[in-house]
Amino acid sequence: MSLLRKQHSVLPGFGLSLGFTLAYLGLIVLVPLSAAFLKTAGMSWADFVAAAASPRVLAAYRLSFLASLVAASVNAFFGLIVAWVLVRYAFPGKRIVDALIDLPFALPTAVAGIALTAIYAKNGWLGQWLEPHGVKIAFTEIGVFVALTFIGLPFVVRTLQPVLEELQPEIEEAAVSLGANRWQTIARVLLPELFPALLTGFALSFARALGEYGSVVFISGNMPMRTEIVPLLIITKLEQYDYRGATAIAVVMLTASFGLLLLINLIQKWSRRHHRV
Amino acid sequence: MAVVVTSTLVKPRPLAGAPLRATQDPRWVRWLLTGIALGFLAFFLVLPLAAVFGEALRRGLGAYFAAVGDADALASVKLTLIAALISVPANVVFGVAAAWCIAKYSFRGKSLLITLIDLPFAVSPVISGLIYVLVFGAQGWLGPWLIEHDVKIIFAVPGIVLATTFVTCPFVARELIPLMQAQGSEEEYAAITLGANGWQTFWRVTLPNIKWGLLYGVILCNARAMGEFGAVSVVSGHIRGETNTMPLHVEILYNEYNFVGAFAVASLLAVLALVSLVLKSIVEWRHAHAQAQAQAHAC
Repeated sequence: MSLLRKQHSVLPGFGLSLGFTLAYLGLIVLVPLSAAFLKTAGMSWADFVAAAASPRVLAAYRLSFLASLVAASVNAFFGLIVAWVLVRYAFPGKRIVDALIDLPFALPTAVAGIALTAIYAKNGWLGQWLEPHGVKIAFTEIGVFVALTFIGLPFVVRTLQPVLEELQPEIEEAAVSLGANRWQTIARVLLPELFPALLTGFALSFARALGEYGSVVFISGNMPMRTEIVPLLIITKLEQYDYRGATAIAVVMLTASFGLLLLINLIQKWSRRHHRV
Repeated sequence: MAVVVTSTLVKPRPLAGAPLRATQDPRWVRWLLTGIALGFLAFFLVLPLAAVFGEALRRGLGAYFAAVGDADALASVKLTLIAALISVPANVVFGVAAAWCIAKYSFRGKSLLITLIDLPFAVSPVISGLIYVLVFGAQGWLGPWLIEHDVKIIFAVPGIVLATTFVTCPFVARELIPLMQAQGSEEEYAAITLGANGWQTFWRVTLPNIKWGLLYGVILCNARAMGEFGAVSVVSGHIRGETNTMPLHVEILYNEYNFVGAFAVASLLAVLALVSLVLKSIVEWRHAHAQAQAQAHAC
């Protein structure tokens, strides 16, 4: 141990770099974040519940959680197929398709929002064909789901791709030589290997969808109790100068996000241990 | 490793039911899955992208250039550039410092520090803006003091820069930490042993080793900084020509039913996103190339 310390202290700059990192992180991230928790700490419990659990807020939680859950599930299913196709098969234009996966990370959310609305609104690119058949997407819960699917799309693909690439062909060959058919190989050998990464991608996609604002506000129609997501409700409260109400809802969301972050870290730790064995 | 050619050429032994390689799927499965994957991506990625440009050019090129050249639109471009020009370099310095102390030394609480660096990614953009209002807003902690000294942060440019910095702060650090951890410190030790000081070691040894990772982080950080909407929306105050960034200007135009204008500004952001993706792919390719070369030299 003492040897290790000595070896590490050869390089200068520990105090400077750690000090700067902590100061920057403290000023930019931790102090402002603590402001949200301290603001609600000054509220009575009854006030907090009234602000963070009124029927309108509960309806928003419900929509945000359900739409995020469905969007993350759809992304997990299709993301698995996309990652599989990109790693295992060859087709023309594959590199372009691979680069395009990150579009939702690079495209500003407001741009995605108005583009999706232009597609699914009543007189939109697809909307004009769908609405006569009674399928309404823009300004309904389905619109919220479409936007959340768009912004969560890269997470599952990008967490699965490296794991799929690392997968040894030997384990599949071993399964086949032991008499498994292709379906059994996939279900019993491949999927258990991929599961931690799939779960991580799902959780990341879900967490991102929960907090998403820009792409949803345009397509959702923002009707209270029906298509109002939680981040929008926070903005609405802020515009009414109801800072306590906005902060109370924000604290609930922050707690949920930090819980998810912790869960994702645990999944990754667990999968790392699982792989080492 | 022997290269296994999985081409679509006719197999030399066309036995009925010839065994496929264990890792190979039958052709119909390959076609079906590729079709599903490409269909899904076309529907969710290509169609929205096409919609942006299609709607922007709906009234022709004249209307498009008139919308892009509008004074308020240009002011929003300028503000977006200012916000990115301050927040991206700040986060580069932060990312390098954080990666240096995490990758080069062992100390207690390191994994906690890594988690804290990731924290802004877990926070909703709207909440990222809200917390700055709680600190700097009129009713916030520093509000009375700021009003007394006539300093405007919220509903002004400094607030926009701060919110952008918060949202984009993990990007560079996240790219550099695993990269520098994987590279180890042997080369730096050698430089120090040969008499270089800390800064010389950093500029001449560390920086050339991490340049692709750094550039990658900068591209992602910049794309997000220029495109951030939720956080900036809360702190901006939406004053046309003054505190409107490009994404906010898109929203204002859209809500005024000026669709060509909204999509014209949006198309600039979409081009920026596409350029970011191209640059990112080039950097990935160069990085892989450099690594392969380094491995070849090591062998």
